[in-house]
Amino acid sequence: MYQYILKRILLMIPTLLGAAILVFFLMRLIPGDICELRLAGSGATFNQSSLDICRREVGIDQPVIVQFGQFLRGLVTFDFGKSMWTGRPIVEEIGLRFELSLMIAILATITATVIAIPLGTVSAIKQDTWIDYAVRAFTIAGIAMPSFWLGILIILGILFTTQWWTGIPWMPPIEYRSDWTSWDNIANNLALLIWPALATGYRYSAVAARMTRSAMLEVLREDYIRTARAKGLVERLIIRRHSLKNAMLPVVTVIGIEFAFLMGGLVVTEQVFNLNGLGKLFVESVTNHDYAMTQALVMVVVSVFVFTNFIVDVFYAWLDPRIRYR
Amino acid sequence: MRLIRSALMTAAGTAIAIGFAGLAVEAAPKQGGILKFVVPDEPPSFDGHRETTFALIHPIAPFYSLLIRVNPDQPYKSGDFQCDLCTEMPKAADGGKTFTFKLKQGVKFSDGTPLTAHDVVATFKKIISPPEDVSSARKAFYVMVDSVSAPDNNTVVFKLKYPSGAFIPALANPYNFIYSKAKLDQDIHWYEKNVMGSGPFVFESREAGAVIKGKRNPNYHHKGKPYLEGYEAIFAKKQSLRVQAIQGDRAAIEFRGFPPSSRDDLVKALGNKITVQESNWNCALLFSPNQLKKPFDDVRVRRALTLAIDRWGGSQYLSKIAIVKGVGGVAFPGHELAATDDELKQIAGYWPDINKSRAEAKRLLKEAGQENLKFTLYNRAVDQPYKFVGTWLIDQWRQIGLTVDQKAEPTGPFYATLRRKKDFDVAVNFNCQAVVNPLLDVAAHISNDRTANQYGGYQDRELDKLFDAMNKSGDVKEQRDLMRKFEKRVLDEKAHQFITLWWYRVIPHRSYVKGWHITPSHYLNQQLETVWLDK
Repeated sequence: MYQYILKRILLMIPTLLGAAILVFFLMRLIPGDICELRLAGSGATFNQSSLDICRREVGIDQPVIVQFGQFLRGLVTFDFGKSMWTGRPIVEEIGLRFELSLMIAILATITATVIAIPLGTVSAIKQDTWIDYAVRAFTIAGIAMPSFWLGILIILGILFTTQWWTGIPWMPPIEYRSDWTSWDNIANNLALLIWPALATGYRYSAVAARMTRSAMLEVLREDYIRTARAKGLVERLIIRRHSLKNAMLPVVTVIGIEFAFLMGGLVVTEQVFNLNGLGKLFVESVTNHDYAMTQALVMVVVSVFVFTNFIVDVFYAWLDPRIRYR
Repeated sequence: MRLIRSALMTAAGTAIAIGFAGLAVEAAPKQGGILKFVVPDEPPSFDGHRETTFALIHPIAPFYSLLIRVNPDQPYKSGDFQCDLCTEMPKAADGGKTFTFKLKQGVKFSDGTPLTAHDVVATFKKIISPPEDVSSARKAFYVMVDSVSAPDNNTVVFKLKYPSGAFIPALANPYNFIYSKAKLDQDIHWYEKNVMGSGPFVFESREAGAVIKGKRNPNYHHKGKPYLEGYEAIFAKKQSLRVQAIQGDRAAIEFRGFPPSSRDDLVKALGNKITVQESNWNCALLFSPNQLKKPFDDVRVRRALTLAIDRWGGSQYLSKIAIVKGVGGVAFPGHELAATDDELKQIAGYWPDINKSRAEAKRLLKEAGQENLKFTLYNRAVDQPYKFVGTWLIDQWRQIGLTVDQKAEPTGPFYATLRRKKDFDVAVNFNCQAVVNPLLDVAAHISNDRTANQYGGYQDRELDKLFDAMNKSGDVKEQRDLMRKFEKRVLDEKAHQFITLWWYRVIPHRSYVKGWHITPSHYLNQQLETVWLDK
């Protein structure tokens, strides 16, 4: 097992390095630079010397190879430098957003798991009944509907419903308060976070429910399940102890990948709810041509993916010993 | 006659603002409350002297005082400047070359240190003649300034190289935050990441990407103000969310401007709980043929492009869906240096008879051998107003037999093409200024080796001479005559680049927000000291 874990850790290094090289050079293929955008983008008066000073300050006047060397050195020392847009340390900027993205990811994962596993299980057990059809309709709708669109529908739905009902339109808060010390802040943050968690959790649960259903259907046809039934075991025990546990392997994979995706992939959903998370920061850093921030964010998201995959692999190996001996 | 017209135009502009806002009779201001407003972008730094974006002005301007400013009670009036830190507007001495400002006494920065003339001098030296490693975006506005000095703690003297009508409006620029000399001496870059002023509000906190908060400055130098207890500037990039935020009362106002459809949605949803203020906007949407490329080096082709456009009709139709409305020349419509309608109608592209205009366009194209010209209109991938106006332009050109397609790119690649690649045919761009100051605002049309904002790729020394002469003239009549010659040369004779329509600013806000008056610029009147909440 230890040898397996060590091998997986060593495999993470070339993956991260490949991602670093790719993002560094891809970013520089996009025409335009942060200084032009910053000064010319407002349509107001500016001068060439302001442009030159700005380029010198953010370091884009240096040869690309020098910039690459600085980037690699920063990666190795875990110092991503400063945001080219705000001039503040990238670690600080990402740290602020990481907490929020993590919370959304956890809330959405809880929502998804609580919905998906019972639904997928019931759907498999009651295959080809109206319950199964209803669950399948619910899950297909969830997969087909982008979470940002559902988010827009949720906000508009709340606005129109409250206006129609009370005459005063209400919408969820649009600012997250990182200070959790007062009840006001907790209530505000929950009122803000619950809706994006629902919007993303729905799609997430749909994917996981369908995976649970198909895995359960497969397991329920296995010989050992027939044997358990022949032995006269209670159906509830057969489902819980023998079927569900064995059907969980692919479901765990899906949950792991979706969790990693939520950490940096809520690009549009975060805009819809004005969540100041990693996805929003991603969009802003790309549109602002903030190379340093985009590179750092890509590395954070890649690391989350690589680490989550690593955890899933280890979990797999623990659940199914055959994997680690291959 | 001209003065009567100017007065009528000002009155009309005022009427638009007041009429929509219903501000003619306002109750006595109430103290207290937190104003929440949404801002589409986050400022890159906190230093007003180096930045050019409104995203800095809206959340940061309330922390600072200015030497002079536009009148916050009548900000829609061009040329109505008043003291902020000074005691009275100075009279020009020495043949219009010396301006002496007396400062209020007892003004303090938020750290408790006194604000003196030396702080004002240090501020303007940073703006006008910054050290080599310090960026000052608008230092070109002050080419007429010879020196700025402080003979004592309460007096600031500006000496000019020549009299210039552009000086006072430039001084009232809302980015000219007065900084502490001590802080600048300690580190001239200090204000890029820190806030410390003497304005109506004191910096309370900032959460990166989310919100900037300010609280009332109890020692503010305008007695009894500000009325608000504080404010929260909430960053929200998505326009639909900003509209929803006002509808759901998560924010009371957005100070940049919404398209007409958002105004209509809010009014429909909230009725009299929404107040709408509207104004002409000191932003001109231009299009520039690339004179480095054939056939746009031919003045006949360029003239044909402008002659094809029905600006008078377009103003009516486009203003219903896009944030454009004003038909004007190079100077902000309604300003005393702007062309009257009669004067405009003498310029190619503004003729009252569009059929005659298009016939002339076709004749010119035929003469240039370009009747079947095909080209690409290069545009910024932003709906309002760029893509709306771009689509309209294509249809206008179709009517003289041209085939035009549109290529829209995000802001980064868009400016990279305009400024470096320079391989476009015709590009849309814009000129957006703060204080209405046509003498300097028209700098976007002079030779490209003298301005960073001209993308037509031309150099015209005659035009530069007219620009310099205007700026060195102290006489309004002479300035106006020169402006007409300048305008005729840019838009007609040389047909360098063209105004499509001027932008139109629409601010629908919660009706409980009082005391804020719309201006012709989203950079102006944002200190928020006069704002109060009628809740």
